[in-house]
Parts: sequence; C-alpha cells; structure tokens
Amino acid sequence: MFLKGIIKSGEYFDSITLMLATKSLTEIKGVLEAAVIMGTKENKEILKASKMLLPELESAKDTDLLIVVKTDNEKNINKILKKAEKLLEESKHKKEENIDEYCPKSIEGAVKQIPGVNLAIISVAGKYAGDEAMKALKNGLHVMLFSDNVPIKKEIELKKYAREKELLMMGPDCGTAIINGAPLCFANVVNKGDIGIVAASGTGLQEVSCIISKEGGGISQAIGTGGRDVKKNVGGIMFIEGIKALAEDKETKVIVLVSKPPHKEVLKKIAVIIEKINKPIVTILLGGDSEAIKNAGGIPAKTLEEAALIAVSISKGKNIDDFKKILKENEKEIENLAKEEVKKIKKGQKYIRGLFSGGTLCDESQLLFKEAISDVYSNTPINPDFKLKDVWKSYKHTIIDLGEDEFTVGRPHPMIDFSLRNKRILEEVKDPEVAVILLDLVLGYGSNKNPDKELLPIIKRAHKILEKEERYLPIICSVTGTDKDPQNKKKIEKILKKVGVIIMKSNAAASKLSSNIIKIIGEE
Amino acid sequence: MAIKDLFEKELKIINIGLFSFKESLEEANFKVFQVNWEPPAGGDEEVLDALKKLLNS
Repeated sequence: MFLKGIIKSGEYFDSITLMLATKSLTEIKGVLEAAVIMGTKENKEILKASKMLLPELESAKDTDLLIVVKTDNEKNINKILKKAEKLLEESKHKKEENIDEYCPKSIEGAVKQIPGVNLAIISVAGKYAGDEAMKALKNGLHVMLFSDNVPIKKEIELKKYAREKELLMMGPDCGTAIINGAPLCFANVVNKGDIGIVAASGTGLQEVSCIISKEGGGISQAIGTGGRDVKKNVGGIMFIEGIKALAEDKETKVIVLVSKPPHKEVLKKIAVIIEKINKPIVTILLGGDSEAIKNAGGIPAKTLEEAALIAVSISKGKNIDDFKKILKENEKEIENLAKEEVKKIKKGQKYIRGLFSGGTLCDESQLLFKEAISDVYSNTPINPDFKLKDVWKSYKHTIIDLGEDEFTVGRPHPMIDFSLRNKRILEEVKDPEVAVILLDLVLGYGSNKNPDKELLPIIKRAHKILEKEERYLPIICSVTGTDKDPQNKKKIEKILKKVGVIIMKSNAAASKLSSNIIKIIGEE
Repeated sequence: MAIKDLFEKELKIINIGLFSFKESLEEANFKVFQVNWEPPAGGDEEVLDALKKLLNS
C-alpha cells in the first residue's frame, strides 16, 4: 500500500467540484482511497481518521487544497496525482469561461455593482455561511441558505432579522425552492400555476410539486424553510412568514404545507394562522397531529401524493373528494400487483430493505410500513426503539436514509453519487431473506445527470446474482421528477422498466406495494 | 422589499458558493451573478475572530 499527498497553497474550489474529483480518482484501477479536499480542521480530522494525514499536510489552512491518494502500486501514484490536478484545472477553466466579465468578490460588492439584485443563494461552508447570510439580509436581499452546519443560535438570529425586515430567509439546510418559476438548488422543472407550497422538508417539496405538475396543476411559489424551522427553538418563524406571504400572493389560490411533525407549540401557531387565512390549506405533516389542522379548517393529507392530488382537485375547481377515486383505483392495482409478486418469491424471503436518498421519502415510507408491520429498523427511525445498531448493515426489516450525515462525510449526497447505495443494493440482493428492495430516485437540477447509467449496471449485476441463485427479488422504485427535468422522468422510467425494475407512480405507491408484499408473506 | 413584492418582480440572483447552482439556473434561463467568494482571512480562524472583534467594537 502506498500513500502520497500534495498541498496546493491558495487554491480554493467548491465542495461539489472537489467531491466529483475525489469520485473520479477512486474510480481509477489501483486506487484504494482518495481525497481531494480543502485543508480545513474538519477535513484534516477525516484524513487522520482514515490514516491519510501525512505529516507534510498537517500545516494546511482552509484555503489550501489537499490531494491525497492511497494505491496498491507505487508506479502510478504520481500519474494519479497529476490527473487530479488536471481535473481541477479543467473545472477552473470551465468556470472562468462561464463567469461574467466583472465578478464581485463580496455580497456588498455585488449589491453595488448589480442594480436590482434581490436574492442570494449561499452554499459556502457552514462556519462562514451564517455571516454571509446576515450580510445578504442587511443588504436587503432575500436569502436561500443551502449550507448546513450553521449553529441554531445563528439560524434564529437570521430568521428574526429577516422577519423584521420582511425578507425570505430560506434555510439553513434548505435544499430546494421554486421562486418566481426559478428552480433553486435541487429543484424540478414544474408547471406554473396557482398552488403555493411552504415546506420544511426538501424531498417532500420535490415529490409534492412534481405530482402536482404531473396531474395538470402548477406551482406559484415553493418556499423552503430548512427542517429545523418547525422545531421548538426556531419556533416556525419562516414557516409562518411563508404562509402569510402566500396568503397575500395574488397568484396563489391553494396552499400546501409540507413538513415532518412540527413541535407542538409550532403546530399551535400553524393552526392559528390556518384559521385566519381565507384560502384552502392542505397539509402533509408526516405523522403530525392531523386533528389540530382539521379543527383549524385545514385539510390534512396522509401522504405526499394525497396532498398533491387534493391541491390539484381544489385548484381545478373539482370536488375535493375526486382524488379519493384515483387513490382507490391505485390501491386496488397495488393489491393485485402485490399478490402477483408474492407468487414469484421463494419461501424464506421475508424482509424489506428500503434504500433512500431522500430523507422525507424515507420517513413517509416508514410511516406507511407502520400500518402493516411494527418493527422497521432505520438510521432515522420513527420509533427510537428501532434504531439500527450498525447503519452499515441492515437488520430484519430495514429502511434507511443514505442522505444522513453518517453516510455523507467526505462524499457527495446520494442523489449525486450513487456508489454507496449501489454497493448496498448488491449486499441486500445477496441476502436470501430479503423479499423486496425499495428505492427512490430523485431527479431535477443538482441531482445526478445520468441516473440510468449509474443504476443500470447494478440492476444487471443484481439479476445475474439472482439468476445464479435461482431466486426472484422485486426491485421497486418511484421516480421523483418531471418529463421537463434535465434527466427526463419518462425516459428514465422506461429504461428502468426495461431491466425489470417495478416503477410506481409515487413514493407512497411504491411503499404501499412493498408493505403489501411483506404483509401477504407474513400472513402465509 | 416585502416577500409578496419579490413574487411580482423579476428575479436577479447572486450565487455565493457552489458554481453548479449558477449553471443549473442559467440552463433554466435565469440570470445569475457569481460572487467570487473565498474564506475570509484566508481561512485562518484566529485572524477571522480578531477581525470580527475589531468590526464589532
């Protein structure tokens, strides 16, 4: 085993560029491990833990670039380091070609140079992000703060200031929003329309907005708040401000609220505001108290799909119960499909393995499974008694969120980098007790541009393993996206169907099919 | 500018951080200006803390 690293002083690159360079290096034959990272204290700790922090790298600063590779062959190591430098050089050139003639170095400079600028997207490292967001707010800009690891105290300070100045403060850890039709960060290309969304959950917003669009409805605005907004400390500041803004917005006829269960005090505030607003408000609070919403005059939904269908019914002036007909037909189809699948599954296959890249989709799936079976283990369990002891290994019924911190340190999010989930799919396929593999696939800007190329070889390898062992294993997947997304949902679904993946209309439908299969097996 | 007023205006966006967010928005035909951001004080936390104290005093 050979280890070599270099420091490039004063070379600053953003985290996605670095992670993609790391990924390219690890794909080279002979490379055991690689890291292309900035020399921050946290990154040096990661290197130290992987025994890759060479003594000459210890003095590196935040603005120094570190390239470290571990190989099985000394001959190629210099070539590989050169390749990393070349990759970064290319990305720098690409950036320079696309950059404007004048490129401000600060938010203050940008506001002075660009008349009428009104929104800042901030995605720098968490320890700097809060200060940059405050600078943007103080310069009168609305903010979308993508970065995570911003202290909660700072979040509260930012949101209180924004509320006082009547500005949007979306995030920290806000992955997606659609403002005036602009898909910000990880968002999909959806129809314009009269349905407004406030969401404290990124993939929840994506799933709801995509289903609305598919069903012929459209989005006026989709405001993200970041997941912590509805917790006790932040008190729902931006969630409430978002609802108020949509209530006043002339283009918005129906409002949809998407969140994991809010803190009970925040829920009270949401109920109070629902009571005051004269527009229909549909809520999907994934396991939250639906009675409080109903009593306030809101319309609680059970799944993200249901929330989207109700909103479209109202938007189109149809009977609000119309969606029930669609869902009932779907449920019947799902039950029949489950029966057919069970016939092909061998005795002894009994467990679900759900491998998710979207956190809210993982939660929704667990909630739907809870109706059929009680013991589903997870790294983010609904019931804390079912916390996985080792997140790297599934146990009995397991549904995991691969977008959680334990899986993403030093690696891009699983919506971008499929390698970790692909490896896990093969592990699950090899387990003879597994009866269903359940996946999500999230398309849109920011996500992997060629998900079919990432998934296809793995599905084919999975089938080879299963053929050899004379076993059938359904792989069920729902695709969150639209046909107008850069990846094209229709095209991706067609490709996956061709290799035998069972494609369902929504995450709720995919989860219901999976839970039906497990339930029938359990009853046999 | 109040939030509801933003909804009626043309968006003019600045992007601080991941360059791919600018590229995606431009692909969707929105104009975005990149801020050529680098960690303040060269990423030296001690210098940064000292600067913050000076600015706040």
